[in-house]
Amino acid sequence: MSLIQARDLSVRYGGHTVLSHVDMSIDKGEIVTIVGPNGSGKSTLLRALIGAVPVAGGHLQRASGLTIGYVPQKLSIDPTLPMTVARFMSLPRRQSPADVAAALEQAGVPDLSQRQMTDLSGGQFQRVLLARALLAKPDLLLLDEATQGLDQPGSAAFYRQIEEVRRRLGCAVLMVSHELHVVMSASDRVICLNGHVCCQGTPDIVASAPEYRALFGTGTQGALALYRHDHNHSHDDGCDHDHHHDHNHDHGPTHDSAVTPVHQSARDKVH
Amino acid sequence: MLDDFLIRAALAGLGVALAAAPMGCFVVWRRMAYFGDATAHASILGVAIALALSASVFLGAMVMALLMALAVSGLSGRGYAVDTLLGVLAHSALAFGLVAVSFLSGVRIDLMAYLFGDILAVGKTDLAVIWGGAALVLALLTWRWSALLTATLNPDLAYASGIDPRREQLVLTLALAVVVAVAIKVVGVLLIAALLIIPAAAARPFARTPEGMAVIAVIVAALSVLGGLQASLMFDTPTGPSIVCIAALIFAGSAFGTSLRRA
Repeated sequence: MSLIQARDLSVRYGGHTVLSHVDMSIDKGEIVTIVGPNGSGKSTLLRALIGAVPVAGGHLQRASGLTIGYVPQKLSIDPTLPMTVARFMSLPRRQSPADVAAALEQAGVPDLSQRQMTDLSGGQFQRVLLARALLAKPDLLLLDEATQGLDQPGSAAFYRQIEEVRRRLGCAVLMVSHELHVVMSASDRVICLNGHVCCQGTPDIVASAPEYRALFGTGTQGALALYRHDHNHSHDDGCDHDHHHDHNHDHGPTHDSAVTPVHQSARDKVH
Repeated sequence: MLDDFLIRAALAGLGVALAAAPMGCFVVWRRMAYFGDATAHASILGVAIALALSASVFLGAMVMALLMALAVSGLSGRGYAVDTLLGVLAHSALAFGLVAVSFLSGVRIDLMAYLFGDILAVGKTDLAVIWGGAALVLALLTWRWSALLTATLNPDLAYASGIDPRREQLVLTLALAVVVAVAIKVVGVLLIAALLIIPAAAARPFARTPEGMAVIAVIVAALSVLGGLQASLMFDTPTGPSIVCIAALIFAGSAFGTSLRRA
């Protein structure tokens, strides 16, 4: 029995079909990753699974009593709403202070409990979000680009934590990610999405599927480009980089070394 | 003790403060300030209809406020920006209400009482209605507190925890309608939104948690009511506006104090 199963699922946004005929399921303890270009409906699929967007067609079946831990892509807290980390961890269900402290400790942010949520850095915020999702002891953990805003070591540590969580809690993990090189090694199964399921299966099967190659490029050249890309563009959040890697790869070194410091310092000023 | 009009006025004001302040926190957190305004303004139409039908003014105001709130929730996201929609609906409802009241013979004199409140004329029945309404709002907010807070923080987090944010929105709308109805007698339809928003805004810099902010807002609102009553006696000023003035002064002090601390 799957934890959650979508059959022939379609989702529409204002007359525009975002997802059509999606078939997928997640079993106990699996780590499944959704990859796909921007606008391919990855986040929408996660939001459909938690019931936040109405289903236009097909079936969505959740195992009874399923507890979901959800880490959204972005969470902006209104500055008029005072919220300490400790209080946030107890939403919506009150947790004992000991449990909260333990969860924060595990997430690698033990000293934050009395800080305001709005004062946290991007990386701290993501860790607190994950810690909160884990407090509910979920059967299924949904992560929507949870490593956004984390640097390379930060996101590597994040994925290590996910694996450890799976081992400890035995929960299934469904995540959306842009970091293909990490995804491909850390997942049991990969779903390649572009408005519909292009292909799915174990990472090596997906990586060699023609549909996947059409979207992400081929072989080592593709992987290398993505890797380089990721590194160079860690400052550029909105960039639709999955499509452009060949282009960037060609122009790579000189271009990037000139541009990166400017971007970095501009960004520091903003924060 | 309840025979003294001042005691009754103070109790009425405190009752409204107790309900309006926590409700006002949600209005501030959810950026619903104009929503509160629109709802309050619409209630004058309810008052007019209730007077015409010789029904309870409290009930008329509450039903109309509720209808207005539901209309705004229903219409938003259908092509108009929410602030445009609220601007249209709030002022239309106020205008229709004022016109409707003018059709009623003999109530023209009372109009000021509904626009600006008449806390000194609160009777024992009014007091019962106000405290009953306040108790209902507090019970509703306490019961749904965690769910309301989660839905306010982020609708998707609420969905993932099995909470339906639309249902929580409905709970808040209902509570808002009750607050509006009980506050008419105290501050009048034009100033209800002030009693919702100002105490919450004044409380914000001193609060570290949502619950703390609600409690501080209640204290600010209670001080405003008592201070306003006192001021209106001393200076012979209209009571409802005086209450709002005191609240505004507390807000100014809070904002000034915060900017000093930051500097």
